[in-house]
Amino acid sequence: MSERRTTILAWQILVGVATLALWQFLVSLKLLDPFFVSRPSDIARRIATWIATGSMWPHLIVTLEEALLGLVVGAAFGIALGFLFARSPLVARVFDPYIKMLNAIPRVVLAPLFLLWFGLGIWSKVALAVTLVFFVMFFSTYQGVRDASQVLIDNVRMLGATERQLVRHVLVPSALTWIFSSLHTSLGFAMVGAVVGEYLGSTRGLGYVISQAEGTFDTTGVFAGMTILGAVVVIVSAGVTRLERWLLRWKTDER
Amino acid sequence: MIALELDRVCRDFAMPDGGTYRAIEDISLAVDAGAFVAIVGPSGCGKSTLLNVAAGLLPPTSGRVRAGGADLDGLNRRATYMFQQDALLPWKNVRENVALGLTLAGVSRTDAHARADSWLARVGLAEFAAHYPAQLSGGMRKRVTMAQNWIIDRGLMLMDEPFSALDVHTRHRMETELLALWENPWGGHIVPSSSKEERAGRAPTGPSDKKTVLFVTHDLEEAIALADEVVVLSAGPASRIVARHAVTLDRPRDLMELRTTTAFVDLYRTIWAVLREEVVKSQRSSGRV
Repeated sequence: MSERRTTILAWQILVGVATLALWQFLVSLKLLDPFFVSRPSDIARRIATWIATGSMWPHLIVTLEEALLGLVVGAAFGIALGFLFARSPLVARVFDPYIKMLNAIPRVVLAPLFLLWFGLGIWSKVALAVTLVFFVMFFSTYQGVRDASQVLIDNVRMLGATERQLVRHVLVPSALTWIFSSLHTSLGFAMVGAVVGEYLGSTRGLGYVISQAEGTFDTTGVFAGMTILGAVVVIVSAGVTRLERWLLRWKTDER
Repeated sequence: MIALELDRVCRDFAMPDGGTYRAIEDISLAVDAGAFVAIVGPSGCGKSTLLNVAAGLLPPTSGRVRAGGADLDGLNRRATYMFQQDALLPWKNVRENVALGLTLAGVSRTDAHARADSWLARVGLAEFAAHYPAQLSGGMRKRVTMAQNWIIDRGLMLMDEPFSALDVHTRHRMETELLALWENPWGGHIVPSSSKEERAGRAPTGPSDKKTVLFVTHDLEEAIALADEVVVLSAGPASRIVARHAVTLDRPRDLMELRTTTAFVDLYRTIWAVLREEVVKSQRSSGRV
């Protein structure tokens, strides 16, 4: 098991190093123009400078703050409404077309509206992240609750469970698997929402940094910003995986 | 005293094509308190429907269900139900699963877990208290389920082919353990315990009285081996009771030997003569569909 994990890690590092090496190689051979794609060594140097001068931290913190707020608010609404819809088919049927309509709206279209409504500060970005996270959480919670085994439900009811106990002992744990698997997606979406929001109008954040760099054709800055964004998502996602493994520990032996 | 009474019970199901399917028709059955009644019938004959109606999980389309002398309204609170499929909560460990009924009733965690532990000792699973269901064998899961159902001490045990998914030897063992629990509701280990300490102390707070059991199976051998009475249902749709046979074999029964005794074989022949016709009918109708 752990031997396999080491092997996988080794391969992961190999793939990363190989890609970067190829990239660097192609640029130094002038097969790729550094003006358009920059080069890994420059990007690394830029990130190092940002970290050394500390100029990146305020931006990163703002973006994380927006993403986290978006994730929490979006997840709270998504899970609550997912439960409500799964438990009362009438509500689900009435609101079904509206949910689909809202979900079909491209979020980029909403961004200027949110800027207008919530201003240039963090809340317009939080709102954008919420619209992305909400639907992912909503659909997976709905699915997770509907998916709960009827035998488990019947058994717990026969053992004397009230409606609330049924939710707590069967429906929530059964939905958790789905909620957690979508938490990884949601996390990425929350970051996307925050960054896109910043990109379209703000004075701080990773999206702002990237957009500034783009404005001056500074591709190195754009790639450096994207790299930091990706790294942060990977780190936070690993945290979620650990939490998931603990919460779903009853499942580990099944796999 | 009568523990459960079905009075001309019918149950219909809506079909996707708009029609109705009648699963059981005109079932009248009274089960005495403390009796072990087995219901046999060909597959698809509405046995599970009958149990679900008795459990209050399905309301009857017509007819009445009475439990403990009162009309049944909603779930049957005097009954527990052992399902054919695994119904243990996979995210709770064995101890929590056994204690579940007590926890739901508001018994304190410490108390509930202590009582669960003594039940686990009784079914020989004391060492597995902290395991999750996925880590147990099929037979062990059935024992946990029995403990989970027995611990809440309801008068009526509804059992829907509980052992049908097990291999034949495990199944015979489970049948023996079930009878041991039923015949000796005041305690004692049904599985000899390995640790001395467990054997000595903490007798389970045993149920107050012998349970009434309504046991559904498609296996006539199992029905005769376990029950006081075997009820035969006709092939579906619209299953009815076609025969009732008293099983007069002495108790306690040794299930290892019982199946080859003359009394058992005679009884088997008599009931099989009735059941065979229904099985043939059901095979014919399913062959046509």
